[in-house]
Amino acid sequence: MTDWPLLSTITFLPLLGALFILMVRGDEETIAGNSRAVALWTTVVTLLLTLFMISRFDGSSAEFQFVERASWLLPGIDYAMGVDGISVLFVLLTAALMPLCILASWHAIQTRVREYMLAFLVLETLMIGVFCAMDIVLFYLFFEGGLIPMFLIIGIWGGARRIYASFKFFLYTLIGSVLMLLAILYMYWQAGTTFIPDLQTHGFGAGVQTWLWLAFFASFAVKMPMWPVHTWLPDAHVEAPTAGSVILAGVLLKMGGYGFLRFSLPMFPIASDVFAPMVFAMSAIAIVYTSLVAFAQEDMKKLIAYSSVAHMGFVTMGIFAATTQGVQGAVFQMLSHGWISGALFLCVGVVYDRMHTREIAAYGGLANRMPIYATVFMLFTMANVGLPGTSGFVGEFLTILGAFQVSTWTAMFAASGVILSAIYALSLYRRVSFGQIEHEGLQQIADMDRREIFIIAPLVVATLLFGFWPMPILELTAPSIDALIAAYQEALAAHYGGGQ
Amino acid sequence: MLTNLTLILPELILFLGAMGLLMIGAFSNKDVTRAVDLGAVAILALAAAAAGGFATDAPATAFGGAFIMDSFASLMKVLTFVATGIAIIMSQNFLKLEKLARFEYPVLLLLAAAGMGMMISANDLIALYMGIELQSLALYVVAAINRDSLRSTEAGLKYFVLGALSSGMLLYGASLIYGFSGSTNFAEIAAAFQPQDGQLPMAQVLGLVFLLAGLAFKISAVPFHMWTPDVYEGAPTSVTAFLASAPKLAGMAIFLRIMMTGFDDALVAWQQIIILLAVASMVLGAFAAIGQQNIKRLMAYSSIGHMGFALVGFAAASAAGVSSVILYMALYIVMTLGTFACILSMRRDSGPVENIDDLSGLSQTRPFMAFCLAVMMFSLAGIPPMAGFFGKLFVFRAAIDAGLYSLSIIGVLASVVGAYYYLRIVKIMYLDPPADEVNEPMPRELSILAGAMAAFTLLFFIYPSPLVELADIAGAVLMQGEGVAAARDVGTLTGTSTETLTETLTETLTGR
Repeated sequence: MTDWPLLSTITFLPLLGALFILMVRGDEETIAGNSRAVALWTTVVTLLLTLFMISRFDGSSAEFQFVERASWLLPGIDYAMGVDGISVLFVLLTAALMPLCILASWHAIQTRVREYMLAFLVLETLMIGVFCAMDIVLFYLFFEGGLIPMFLIIGIWGGARRIYASFKFFLYTLIGSVLMLLAILYMYWQAGTTFIPDLQTHGFGAGVQTWLWLAFFASFAVKMPMWPVHTWLPDAHVEAPTAGSVILAGVLLKMGGYGFLRFSLPMFPIASDVFAPMVFAMSAIAIVYTSLVAFAQEDMKKLIAYSSVAHMGFVTMGIFAATTQGVQGAVFQMLSHGWISGALFLCVGVVYDRMHTREIAAYGGLANRMPIYATVFMLFTMANVGLPGTSGFVGEFLTILGAFQVSTWTAMFAASGVILSAIYALSLYRRVSFGQIEHEGLQQIADMDRREIFIIAPLVVATLLFGFWPMPILELTAPSIDALIAAYQEALAAHYGGGQ
Repeated sequence: MLTNLTLILPELILFLGAMGLLMIGAFSNKDVTRAVDLGAVAILALAAAAAGGFATDAPATAFGGAFIMDSFASLMKVLTFVATGIAIIMSQNFLKLEKLARFEYPVLLLLAAAGMGMMISANDLIALYMGIELQSLALYVVAAINRDSLRSTEAGLKYFVLGALSSGMLLYGASLIYGFSGSTNFAEIAAAFQPQDGQLPMAQVLGLVFLLAGLAFKISAVPFHMWTPDVYEGAPTSVTAFLASAPKLAGMAIFLRIMMTGFDDALVAWQQIIILLAVASMVLGAFAAIGQQNIKRLMAYSSIGHMGFALVGFAAASAAGVSSVILYMALYIVMTLGTFACILSMRRDSGPVENIDDLSGLSQTRPFMAFCLAVMMFSLAGIPPMAGFFGKLFVFRAAIDAGLYSLSIIGVLASVVGAYYYLRIVKIMYLDPPADEVNEPMPRELSILAGAMAAFTLLFFIYPSPLVELADIAGAVLMQGEGVAAARDVGTLTGTSTETLTETLTETLTGR
């Protein structure tokens, strides 16, 4: 192993790109063009570095790899970076989605391009940092810091109600997170360290775990988002620019699930066990209720946003089932939802760029004029429903399987959610793509151009490839998840065994 | 006698410098305002350097124990003097344009700084009162320095009347305390104020409460905050910038010292009062600021809120708590001065503007100023990775360690409410379309200062250790007294012993 701090390089490389953008000089046109180019190249290089890192990653080990540690704030609060089988995939997801986002914004964003690219690059650093941080204070720093660029992205380049949406997004997420901060401070006081592997083995008392778990839950449930604290998401999604929605659905929502996996389950196993029924109930409600709500939507993005909430319900259900299948399914579902929902938002973006409306009723018969678009949209609609052969199926199937072993009722509700998702997704597709073109404006609509096809192609490949062949992901995550579940079961056995 | 003079060297420099500059100003035929300004900054730098010289010395007292110089005083004085110097530099351009540039202004600020130095080092009720009055009288005058303006004179008068009232309460409390302890020296007061069966005699509590009220007024903690919004709004902006920074730091310093050394064993009597002040300040600061239209008024409520957060660390009453308050105040000063550097630059052709709406679309007309102000706002809101986040992190850490859970929860929730109005300013600058009239460009010295403060705030997270360690030593030194340190489980921020810390610091200071 070389000593080169690879993870820090990947994390802070986008920030370097941001500095370059700051230095761009010239008239408005030049600045915009150069900013786009710098942002694209930075994200591409980051992606290449991430791929390089993955090629050096030892997939058979449950340990953190590429670990860097330096003293930072206080004794026990260090600058510590590292990835294990779970987080490495999220880093890849982030790094892979970013160039696509930049490309998707190439023509769509025409005002204040420099600031836009700056915000995205800063956001990339913070998102990758979240998944690489091995110190919980450092994690919090990245986790919260992400609010600032996202606030600006929604607020400046968003739709009509962007200010309302950006405030709601910011304050909702903040209020959940500050309670987590107190919990972190308490843990630091108890354990004398905030190094994540140490905290995972520290073993907090059962009573304390309850409170800490709740504090973390407040933060991650909002971020996830879980019913009933999901209401910020549709607003944020609808108002955000396309690339913002992609990042929001693709990466930011995953931080909640990642947090549950990294903190709640291993650090507070007893509380996780105690609260699991509550999480199941909330997940089941989320799946059924938000699917129904999605069906009633008139706005395409809102519909997809509600479907995201439903899909995240599968994730929480799988995580707190705390079985190998459940957790593996949850991780898989998060990743696959990352590219599927990202692709769906891109699909909406394609027609929005042409028609400047997201209202479902304004479309119809697109298949006549846009065959490629209709095909791609069809694929992702099916993936969203969870059709076997797409990556959406694997995640849903595994989480339901995992939950079934623990709670039959939850699994039943979740399975019915699959049907409900078919109803809203297919009806959306029918209303947008089929029938005759009735609206004047649609007569001349053009099919996807080469840039758009280029953006969506990798997502098509990922959806189909991992739909048919999920093993690479499952194998890479298996050691870490097995270790996690083993430690979890051990902690529970020790607790309940001792109590009897 | 010579040791006495050595220990008060920083104050001596300030006094003599102020007198000298006053003479130059009074007897010179030409307009020497600018020269006096520069001279005052130089004197403050000299005094700060002199105060910094005591950073690693063991605590020493002068004038029969009335005056104390230790690492805590050294750090607080350096911060205070530097803040005063920055306030003078920032005010130059503003005062000139407002036709308020007078040589008395820097001289008064120097005298106020001397008063603050006295406060920080006070180890005796008389010395404390002297310092507070010297500082306050100078501040009353500068608040009313725009004597042709109704608002400024009103602000000065209001400040004076309420300040006199609070000084009266403080004196009354001090006299009661003297009556019960037979001494005005903090150490001897500590010996007299010993709780019996966990309780302090009622009359002693009464004296303590009066004293607390007087000091709470100086740092504008709720419910003694009433003067703050009016004075902040009415006083010339450059004066507000000063009022919001250095005096708050000095007030907090003496507050910490008297409670931690004079009443360390009487913790039962004052801890709940501090908690109450903290909660009230945080909550009122957060909610009252929401409706404000005037940015100076908003900053007044913001500073009230921030005093509440600092008091959270205070309420923990541990070495880590004291250190966290010091760190919080240091960061608060940077953020406040940075913010006011931007507010002082808010100017149209017609003159200075103070409404928040005047900032609309600033990110497009003055991107640099908007960026600096946005960094300050996010930092004041406590969003990582800005410096303000670390201030909050440390005070809440101290509170959690001390078991003050409810206080911490109220505190973080108040910080979310507070985030709303800071965000509102960012929203107006970045999300709203530009106003018709364009803001004038930032004066050079203000843009340098604002840029430096923003850079510090933004990059503090990369290498926070030096300031954290300094605060740690200062806190540990203050808590070294037998009372608190022995009675309670005292942990410093970094958990290292004071000796080791001092050694490290000495190495850092002398090594390179």
